[in-house]
Amino acid sequence: MSPNVSARAAQPVSTGPVHARPALELQDASVVFGSGEKAVTALAPTQLKMERGDFLALVGPSGCGKSTILKLVSNLLQPSEGLVLVGGKEAKAKELRIGMAFQNPTMLPWLTIEQNIMMPLKIVQPFKHSYRTDKKGAFRDRVHALLDQVGLKDFASHYPWQLSGGMLQRSNLCRALVHEPDLLLLDEPFGALDQFTREELWQIMQTLYLDRKPTVLLVTHDLREAGYLANRICVMSARPGRIISDEPVNIPQPRDIGMIYSPEFVEMTQGLRELIAQVRST
Amino acid sequence: MTDALRIRFLSTSLIIGFFLTWEVLCILLNVSDLVLPRPSEILVTMWTRFPVLWPHILQTLYSTLFGFSLGVIIGVALGVIVGTSKIAYAVAYPLLVGFSSIPKVAVVPIFVLWFGSGTTPAVLTAMVICVFPIVVNIATGLATTEPELEDVLKTLGASKTEILWNVGLPRAMPYFFASLKVAITLSFVGAVLSETVASNMGIGNVMMTASSNFQVSLVFAGLIILALMGVALYAVFSLLERRVTGWATRGNDIAVT
Repeated sequence: MSPNVSARAAQPVSTGPVHARPALELQDASVVFGSGEKAVTALAPTQLKMERGDFLALVGPSGCGKSTILKLVSNLLQPSEGLVLVGGKEAKAKELRIGMAFQNPTMLPWLTIEQNIMMPLKIVQPFKHSYRTDKKGAFRDRVHALLDQVGLKDFASHYPWQLSGGMLQRSNLCRALVHEPDLLLLDEPFGALDQFTREELWQIMQTLYLDRKPTVLLVTHDLREAGYLANRICVMSARPGRIISDEPVNIPQPRDIGMIYSPEFVEMTQGLRELIAQVRST
Repeated sequence: MTDALRIRFLSTSLIIGFFLTWEVLCILLNVSDLVLPRPSEILVTMWTRFPVLWPHILQTLYSTLFGFSLGVIIGVALGVIVGTSKIAYAVAYPLLVGFSSIPKVAVVPIFVLWFGSGTTPAVLTAMVICVFPIVVNIATGLATTEPELEDVLKTLGASKTEILWNVGLPRAMPYFFASLKVAITLSFVGAVLSETVASNMGIGNVMMTASSNFQVSLVFAGLIILALMGVALYAVFSLLERRVTGWATRGNDIAVT
């Protein structure tokens, strides 16, 4: 590590009252795997800022580093250069409560759906503190309320292998939300589903978002998904990735699913499509 | 279900047929009961000598289970250390393989040298012999845990211990219970082996003494008791395995959709 990097890390990184700080800030964050000749840049130095309550969709060609950004924010990965600030502090400080849903539902096969969804409450403070006393009461009610909201209330005591792909993804969303995260990270959670299930889950996701208003960072390669759910869309260039376009989506929420077939919406997604086609060919 | 019933019926018939053939061949070929006693004679011996045999059965069971329990504790501890650290895995592996490839008969004289003959060497042999499969299986279970499953907890800020308790160890359970089935059988072999060589108690010792007194049907009675005990121990741990790790062997049950 060069001296100026460590010097930068030692500075107070953000000022002002906690709630005035942006939920998420990438300052020239980059990720390089390996070194020397074999170095692979997964993410070129990137700037990104999200205010609290933002729903940002990150789209781009595959391999552009979309998921890398999520890993940086969730501290599964450390930036090679630059800073990743979550709630005004470095990602590893876990200043904000993070919920994450991966592309694979990754339910633990030895636990029931209810036990799986309860897992964050077992790990994350302040829930962890009262887990023993509340797991049979308040926490279970909370899990059941969530399951009810996504239409799975009869499946609490089923095991993951007894559920279909769409049901598992719904459970996945529940697990990401059960501990009321300030920051929700979604890594293509609807990618492996059929169109009908996907649209159904978009609607569920929108309701869950509007109910709770967390800050959401959604990684996707589906432009309609981005346009329907997000209020801001960032487009990334091909590897090494960099954000090349950052536009708000000026459609009031809640949005109707039929809207995705309206001319304005199609025009917007077409614009994004062309942009991505351009960066893929260069 | 009819298939399962038929298989059960056939395997029972095979066992009965085996003993019947033995009985009939002994009669037809006029085999001396000093060489190979008939199953019916063995059964009678088992029945009449049972009061004498019972304490020995308990002794063998005690040595086996005590040694096995120690082996499980040591095996799990070593397995967790070796399975959670890549460096420990690489460093310890050659030594573990070295230990495991020693024929365990060879350690009995050493234990007798240190602790005298009796229960102690039997317990220690039962322990030593079952440690390795447990270590290897726990380590494999932990080392092959899908990183995605661990990532779920890491993003929540879980500590290493929390990840081990909530993901690593449950994930390693099917491996652990599979190894227990093997380990309990090995422990049993170890205990009997040590009793045969250096003890005045246990089924192994009964067989040794009976053999030197030409009580051939008693030797065979011991053998059959050992077989029954071995099967019983294996069955207990198979049942335990199925109950605890059913999620890993759910078979082809159709998912509810």
